[in-house]
Amino acid sequence: MDNFELVILLLDATLRTSTPLILAALAGMFSERSGTINLALEGMMLGGAFSAAAVAYYVGNPWAGLLAAIATTICLSLLHGFACITHKGNQVVSGMAINILMSGLTALVGIALFAQGGKTPSLDHESRFQPITLPGADAVADVPVLGSIYSELLSGHNILVYVAFLAVPAAWWVMYRTRFGLRLRAVGENPGAVDTAGIGVVAMRYRAVICSGVLVGMSGAYLSTAQGASFLQDMTAGKGYIALAAMVFGKWRPFPALFACLLFGFLDAAATRMQGVILPGIGEVPVQLVQALPYVLTVILLAGFIGRAIPPKSLGRPYVKER
Amino acid sequence: MHQMHGAGETGAVQPAIELRGIDKRFGAVHANKSIDLKVEKGTIHGIVGENGAGKSTLMSILYGFYQADGGTIHVDGRLCDIKGSEDAIAVGIGMVHQHFMLVEPFTVLENVILGVEGGAILREGVDKARGELKRLEREYALDVNPDAIVGDLSVGLQQRVEILKALYRGAEILILDEPTGVLTPQEADHLFRILETLKQQGKTVVLITHKLREIMAATDNVSVMRQGEMVAHRKTAETSPEELSELMVGRKVLLRLEKGEAAPAATVLEVDNLCVETSQGVRKVKNASFSVRAGEIVGIAGVSGNGQSELLEALGGIRAVTEGQVLLNGQDVTPGRGVDAAELRKRGVAHVPEDRHRMAMVTSFSAKEAAILGYEDDASYQKGLFLNWHAISDATKHLMSEFDVRPNDPDLKAANFSGGNQQKLVLAREIMRDPELLLVGQPTRGVDIGAIEFIHKRIVAMRDAGKAVLLVSVELDEIMSLADRILVMCDGAIIGEVSAADANERVLGLMMAGVDPHEAKAAEGQS
Repeated sequence: MDNFELVILLLDATLRTSTPLILAALAGMFSERSGTINLALEGMMLGGAFSAAAVAYYVGNPWAGLLAAIATTICLSLLHGFACITHKGNQVVSGMAINILMSGLTALVGIALFAQGGKTPSLDHESRFQPITLPGADAVADVPVLGSIYSELLSGHNILVYVAFLAVPAAWWVMYRTRFGLRLRAVGENPGAVDTAGIGVVAMRYRAVICSGVLVGMSGAYLSTAQGASFLQDMTAGKGYIALAAMVFGKWRPFPALFACLLFGFLDAAATRMQGVILPGIGEVPVQLVQALPYVLTVILLAGFIGRAIPPKSLGRPYVKER
Repeated sequence: MHQMHGAGETGAVQPAIELRGIDKRFGAVHANKSIDLKVEKGTIHGIVGENGAGKSTLMSILYGFYQADGGTIHVDGRLCDIKGSEDAIAVGIGMVHQHFMLVEPFTVLENVILGVEGGAILREGVDKARGELKRLEREYALDVNPDAIVGDLSVGLQQRVEILKALYRGAEILILDEPTGVLTPQEADHLFRILETLKQQGKTVVLITHKLREIMAATDNVSVMRQGEMVAHRKTAETSPEELSELMVGRKVLLRLEKGEAAPAATVLEVDNLCVETSQGVRKVKNASFSVRAGEIVGIAGVSGNGQSELLEALGGIRAVTEGQVLLNGQDVTPGRGVDAAELRKRGVAHVPEDRHRMAMVTSFSAKEAAILGYEDDASYQKGLFLNWHAISDATKHLMSEFDVRPNDPDLKAANFSGGNQQKLVLAREIMRDPELLLVGQPTRGVDIGAIEFIHKRIVAMRDAGKAVLLVSVELDEIMSLADRILVMCDGAIIGEVSAADANERVLGLMMAGVDPHEAKAAEGQS
């Protein structure tokens, strides 16, 4: 295998590993730009993954699973919103509660329904999202460089990968070019300004967390019905938090967040590649060290080594009309 | 365009706003008691009252921010049911809030169109708004760059954005809530000129303020509120500041503080080349040098946010200084270099911070707990390992009667005292320790007129007892009536010094805006 092919393979894996991060990071962005901290991404992703796998298994169709995942995460978002927006609860506590709840609940329901130790049964071919071959991919496969970039790197992913990458410009457009986006950003900065402009703050924030729910639902469905073929207990393994870190690293903006997700995804893909590789002068790289890299990087990034991120001004603060 | 009417004397013209029997309670507080108010079309109508008189509540009801418990609102003679801001906007009411309702990272244009974007996609609306904004700016002489980021604008310009916002929504009636609190006198004058233009264009302006000078200068009619009630309506031309202040307080008040000549003695506080930076590395105080002598009050004037808060906090020992030196009676007490707030207290520096609720007291404490804060390790308060609550209670009672804190109940929660009584308690705590130097910030913010008089007298009494007093206040009137020497801060630097005898509002105002004192005086000489 030559180096070029190795790079293509690595980038190909990067796209696949960063997809759930991108969707979840955008989900986090919608919620946090409106002023609601969304630490619950992890738990929502888990809930989405479980619903998608379970429903896809029963119905035999991944789209049904996707819808179930989105429905689940919208419900969880509304729960988070009910605690944080309606009842002005602590957003971090509500988020963590949802994470803990979903970690336990998915395992519990999984055992009750399938009795496989918290797993869902493996999905067959029909019940998963399948790779899509882009038009002409086979025809150009033999063209050097560009051909293999197109046919191997860009073609052959499942629909959710493409959706995730298209969601980035779409989210940018919604955020910066529409009335909805303007109001959403305003409500996260100064809800008083939105209120006095005659727009309901609560309704606006609910709409934002629902957007967040839709996106993170797709991310969960991707894990269990596209990348994997079943739900495994705690299969998100911190991806929700990493997505959140990517969003913060991207300063609550879609394109920078995309690059952060790609970076994390690349490290993840590289970690898999590096296993067992013997580097000159160092010897075999310990697997654990490589696997820990994305998390270490998360800590470093969040500690603020790279630029200062200015969060939305009202982030984490429930809106109370002052007297 | 609306026709001009001579203050509605024709009788056929409906008042722009008529409130009938507006009533509002917040729990136990009766904020508005059956308020009636008529505002004539095409006039500037002032509403005065002390803090907590219910002015802002009344206007918030009119703007739909709160719902009244009873009463009706009529706009242009029509009964209106105003349930939210959108209803108020729909009947042509616009409001400029005391704390601006602006989204700082947005551009001026984005702030103006927020809520009236004119379509789901921004572009078309934005182009239309740009043209409309140009027109408004021309018509009312409100120049602002529509593409500037609001957070980068000065406070005066931000206020213009608020006015533009209201006009863009088609406001015929503009309510301004304490609009001059954050402005220099010159900026305030400019604002009043804008209001005059608005009036000439047929708009109706309601101006809420507690500054009588502004009422006298800018309004046609004035209504006075006291403790939730509307106590009087006057034509501005037929009333006087004395009458208005008496109506506001309910008794005669001395507007001018009586005090004798200062007799400054030895230097107590010597500040040399002091610099203070925030944790983000922003320099808030730039090379400040000055001294305060025993037996004098030195006032620091400046528009809020020009470094005076940081200077006071540094001198009080709660903010480290980056450069420079502070000497107290010749000894080095530079905060952050081994000297902290507790050490300064021991050496006779008392500090009444600017923000009563955030720094001066814990509002959920009882009065006696609040009264020993910072002095809780005093020997007379101890009984072995424990606090001697009997002694503390007695000491607090003494403080409270000495400073006329009402009710005289050491067990009452601090939050349940009025602002004036809270402030008197804090002052009592600091002054009764008989300090060498009193640092005091905004001593009368949110305090009623009666308490202001009392607090001012006590501060002057400190001076007459031969103590040094450093006063920081954004209220020019307060600085001018209390201080013997006035230092003016602008953008972190001390621009210059004026003696109280030479001080007037114009010179101070120019200096507060950063004009060199000599030029300011020259400009004063020409006018």
